[in-house]
Amino acid sequence: MFRYLIRRLLWAILLFIVITFVTFVVFFMAPSNPARGYCGGENAKPECIKLATEKLGLDQPLPIQYLKFLKRIVVDQSLGTSYFTGQDVNEAIAQAAPVTASLVFGGAILWMMIGLVVGVFSALKPRSLLDRVAMVFVLIGVSAHPVWIGLIFSYFFGFRWGITPIANYANFFGAPEGSGLPGGPWQWFYHMILPWCTFAILFAALYVRMIRANVMETMNEDYVRTARAKGAPERSVLTKHVLRNAMLPVVTMLGMDIGLALGGAIFTETVYQLPGLGRTAILAINVNDLAIVQGVVVFSTLAIIFFNLVVDLLYAWIDPRIRLT
Amino acid sequence: MALLEVKDLRTYFHTDDGVVKAVDGVDFSVEKGQTLGIVGESGSGKSVTNLTIMGLNPKRNTVSSGEALWKGEDLLTAKPSKLRDIRGNEISMIFQDPMTSLNPVHTIGQQLVEAIQIHRDVSKRVARARALELLKAVGIPRAEGRIDDYPHQFSGGMRQRVMIAMALINDPDLLIADEPTTALDVTTQAQILALMKRLQEDFGSAIIMVTHDLGVIAEIADDVLVMYAAKIVEHANVYDLFNRPQHPYTWGLMGSLPRLDADAERLTQIPGQPPSLLRPPSGCRFHPRCPYVMEVCKTTEPRLEPSQRDSNHLQACHLDEETKDREAAKLTHMAEVS
Repeated sequence: MFRYLIRRLLWAILLFIVITFVTFVVFFMAPSNPARGYCGGENAKPECIKLATEKLGLDQPLPIQYLKFLKRIVVDQSLGTSYFTGQDVNEAIAQAAPVTASLVFGGAILWMMIGLVVGVFSALKPRSLLDRVAMVFVLIGVSAHPVWIGLIFSYFFGFRWGITPIANYANFFGAPEGSGLPGGPWQWFYHMILPWCTFAILFAALYVRMIRANVMETMNEDYVRTARAKGAPERSVLTKHVLRNAMLPVVTMLGMDIGLALGGAIFTETVYQLPGLGRTAILAINVNDLAIVQGVVVFSTLAIIFFNLVVDLLYAWIDPRIRLT
Repeated sequence: MALLEVKDLRTYFHTDDGVVKAVDGVDFSVEKGQTLGIVGESGSGKSVTNLTIMGLNPKRNTVSSGEALWKGEDLLTAKPSKLRDIRGNEISMIFQDPMTSLNPVHTIGQQLVEAIQIHRDVSKRVARARALELLKAVGIPRAEGRIDDYPHQFSGGMRQRVMIAMALINDPDLLIADEPTTALDVTTQAQILALMKRLQEDFGSAIIMVTHDLGVIAEIADDVLVMYAAKIVEHANVYDLFNRPQHPYTWGLMGSLPRLDADAERLTQIPGQPPSLLRPPSGCRFHPRCPYVMEVCKTTEPRLEPSQRDSNHLQACHLDEETKDREAAKLTHMAEVS
């Protein structure tokens, strides 16, 4: 178990180095000159660009620039400052990350609940009415784009029927003083309902399908027959023997999908105007603010590496065959 | 009263291609402490017969009829809860492949304790002590150290011992062993068979031993059923079966056993393939493969009836007694030479 842990950690570090390097190359080799962006874009004065080039260290060789970039992230734990507004990137991300985290984790809980309940019941009664309805839902879920679903939801639930807010975010810990914005846990929940549903539909559909297939396959395993031959009641056959094994691949998928979901969050955040990481990145791209974009990418990478690590450890905990190798 | 009495048992699977008659009218009984061997090729219905008795066939598209009387009560019509009380408690089962028959995510100890606690209201500590006792009884070395291991840490033979321990843990009256040695290598097979014989003496359980291996039958069985294409073709005491086999299919099985004494280059084999149970052959189901086939075999199905000489020796064949005796004598003569 200890060796497994060390090996996983080393992999995570390697992954971090590779991804930061790729990010660095992509952004700093990009055709748009960061120094120009720093000086205000199209109408930048040549003197300003020259100064900015020196200040940003753009005249130094690429490997040196990369090492400085790495040192800034690891040692100073700073993602830099925005070229455009001069805002600290760490601060911008600290504001946006909780919004995205609310969306992604709330969404993940929702899609896992739907996936488990619907997936298991359709597996137990294949070709039943529930199963067929679920499969139609799956087809819609995987085909419909989140932006479209978001607009439809927001129009009907928010605008036409007024059940939920149309858009916007409410801070869980209360809105800033004097901002006049809604805040507090209940408002947070109320504002997140539609984004969660929108966000979860695609994954819920995928997970219903996957859990259904896994459960059906596991039901045919020899050890499930053994459990029945022991005289175990159906409920304990399902929970102790089928689900535990059927969930193994689901846990792996979940780890990978959290990363994918961060990408998907961009759509949902845009539709509902949630000030999360995705929306922050899009706004920054529009004004060529590479520091922010890079900050978001590096931070998301770290988050994904972290969650994959957590999932790997979780996996080792639930599957003894991994634990001991 | 027999412990288990099976009467006209039929199990049909409804598939997209038609009805597969996997078991088609099977009668037999098992007495207390007796070992019944069921022998036949793959797909002859031996396993399905036992899964039907245990109620472990998939429910979808499966129709079973007839009776399986367990101490007088019909298992086929018993309530699921009643059946669960019997399974693993009064009747338990060992399966063919020990590599996949144990749950990979639970320890051996957890799985044994579960088997006890389903049927007995005992504490975990008591159940664990019993589990340990059984692991020792089936010959797991250093059982104390291994009870918390996972199945993948055991070899195939050791896993089958664990399966046997699990099957015997509640002192069942009947143990159904479905090809328990098929997936094991030869030396391990011999050990497992010896273990089962010894445990039968200790625990006094009756055994139904399903196998395609006549060697296993000779080793362990008291009575033998020979099954072919979902039906019983011969039913006799193990000595009678080996001394005077009465059915051409049984001769075929015996002839295909490798022998040290026979100076044959090749083993004799039964020509052809087992028939499809979707559309079984007319008349005697063995007739397309039978070297002794007569006209009557193609049209009329022989009934399973006592042979003229011995009313306890049942066989289903149209051949006359003389031919049967002559052919049986050839086979047994070869055996006697050794």
